[in-house]
Amino acid sequence: MFNQIKEGFFISFNSIIANKLRSFLTTLGIVIGVCSVVLMSTAIKGVDNSFQQGISSLGSDVLYIDKFAWFGNEEFWKMRNRPNITFEDYLKFKSLAKIPIAVAPQAISVRSVKFRDRTAESVFITGSTNDYLETTNFNFKSGRFFNEIESDGGRNVAVLGFDIAENLFPNLDPVGMPVKIGGHTYYVIGVLKKQGSTLLGSFNPDKQVYIPIKSLFQHFGLNWRSITIVVRAPNSQLLEETKIEAEQIMRQIRRLKAYEDANFSINQQEGLTKIYEQTVGVIQIGGLLITGLSLFVGAIGIMNIMFVSVKERTREIGIRKAIGATRRAIMIQFLLEASIISLIGGLIGLLLAIILSYVVNQFIPTSVQISAVVMAILISFITGILSGLAPAYTAAKLDPVESLRYE
Amino acid sequence: MDDKNSVIIEMKNITKTYVVGLEEVHALRGISLTVKKNEYIAVMGPSGSGKSTLMNIIGCLDTPTTGIYYFNGINVSDMDDNQLAKIRNKEIGFVFQTFNLIPRSNAMHNVELPLIYGNVSKHERKERAKQALINVGLGDRINHKPNELSGGQRQRVAIARALVNNPSIILADEPTGNLDSKTGEEIMQLFEELHRKGNTIILVTHEEYIAEHAKRIIRIKDGLIESDEVVKNRNIYSVGV
Repeated sequence: MFNQIKEGFFISFNSIIANKLRSFLTTLGIVIGVCSVVLMSTAIKGVDNSFQQGISSLGSDVLYIDKFAWFGNEEFWKMRNRPNITFEDYLKFKSLAKIPIAVAPQAISVRSVKFRDRTAESVFITGSTNDYLETTNFNFKSGRFFNEIESDGGRNVAVLGFDIAENLFPNLDPVGMPVKIGGHTYYVIGVLKKQGSTLLGSFNPDKQVYIPIKSLFQHFGLNWRSITIVVRAPNSQLLEETKIEAEQIMRQIRRLKAYEDANFSINQQEGLTKIYEQTVGVIQIGGLLITGLSLFVGAIGIMNIMFVSVKERTREIGIRKAIGATRRAIMIQFLLEASIISLIGGLIGLLLAIILSYVVNQFIPTSVQISAVVMAILISFITGILSGLAPAYTAAKLDPVESLRYE
Repeated sequence: MDDKNSVIIEMKNITKTYVVGLEEVHALRGISLTVKKNEYIAVMGPSGSGKSTLMNIIGCLDTPTTGIYYFNGINVSDMDDNQLAKIRNKEIGFVFQTFNLIPRSNAMHNVELPLIYGNVSKHERKERAKQALINVGLGDRINHKPNELSGGQRQRVAIARALVNNPSIILADEPTGNLDSKTGEEIMQLFEELHRKGNTIILVTHEEYIAEHAKRIIRIKDGLIESDEVVKNRNIYSVGV
């Protein structure tokens, strides 16, 4: 048995080498299939990592009271007619809320930020109070967040996200430096450590600047716009209670009757996770279909070439049978050949995927997982076996007399 | 088996019928034959006589439609494909007109093949294959591929392959058919030598002078044995040299 497997290997390599171009073309389908499987899983892993990181910077124990719902079925025009959430709402809410450990307002304006000749365009400027810090998991690279006095006084102080600081101050500690935010001068009092998530785009804290909300209102005149009330529960177990309380308080502030619908939305990270999972789920299913299809095409290619190979070597099969090869021996020979071709394709595909993953890495930080490598090898081997079955069976049951006569 | 007169092949009333389209072709119509150890037999007959069919059945490449075939006392007439493969592997050495070597494998590997399918260990395999090649005079060609060998040398490789498993019988189907007469004669000398060493040989040919090397000539016609006679004046060294 072992001898026969070795013989099978020997024959397979011989025949693959004898038909280099043909074997190469045959493997292409598998190369593409395996490459896309590996890249797919690598990219999804990367998006996943990135998302988990981003979502953790939002905090799983934080609620966002908004005019608009982030997700859901409510119609936009209905939500648009809701009253704005004002700074006064925030103040009332803060005084009534018992459960949260922190409540902060949040208003966002998009401005350019300049330091000398360097400019960061379209930066999300978040205005808030000193309480905001407690709603986040921020760590500081240097400096600090603004305090109550600076916040209440609407001082011109700013905290820079990591990327913004890197951009504007490539080789300088920004703390104490003046920056121009939308034309107004602010003094940098703190720089955040990297929070890290490319996925969140402009919402990524790394790409934001934080200033007192009063300064935001004063300089950028946003006090007529709706703000967000950020509410942090003591822990994620108490999130639901915090949410119920928040709803009651908001209804109280808005003087809503029991039968009236809420004219505000309480958003949380969970919604984002749900949407994310749905999206990734769709991508995964789509990816699976596409890669499955290309593997299938690859398998058909191998099957096709194996049938050709069996036909071409009919006489050889006859000879082997005449000198004592059993059906099983012939079967093993052709199955091995199919799986070796497929395996070679799989390895090439894997190599290609590893190279391409460096390109993907430029956009989504990721790397090829060991599990993907094992999967690629297994998939290509199994594909080879499956696509070799029919041709190998055809070869095994050839009649020796007929095949010896075959020209 | 040590008994010189022990019977290797015993066929009783063998028939073989093929169905070609709507027609039945009776290739063999009832052949009874006994072959003893160390016999040297030539089977002759015109094309279409059934001699190839007979050879295929003797060689366990095919099974008879009716009749009983004992090989070394074992009934092989109803064996399945795999059982026949094992008999072919251990008991029968084939030599074909077109040599039928595996083109991409060297002489050594070609001779090794029956041992590989017979699950002989690597060391013993190499040893026996090498010895078989030396025995046919190709000790210096073991790493040559078939296309690097002359016709005569190829046929010698095929003979070495046939011998390597020490089979009970050697079946040669027109072994000189693709060779010039001089080389053919050399191959016939080799058969002569094998016969002297105690091998049992059945040779298919349509050349009278080749057949005369044998000790017994069986003539087939229309699927029946026409004659079965012992050769009196054996032609051993005369032709072509």
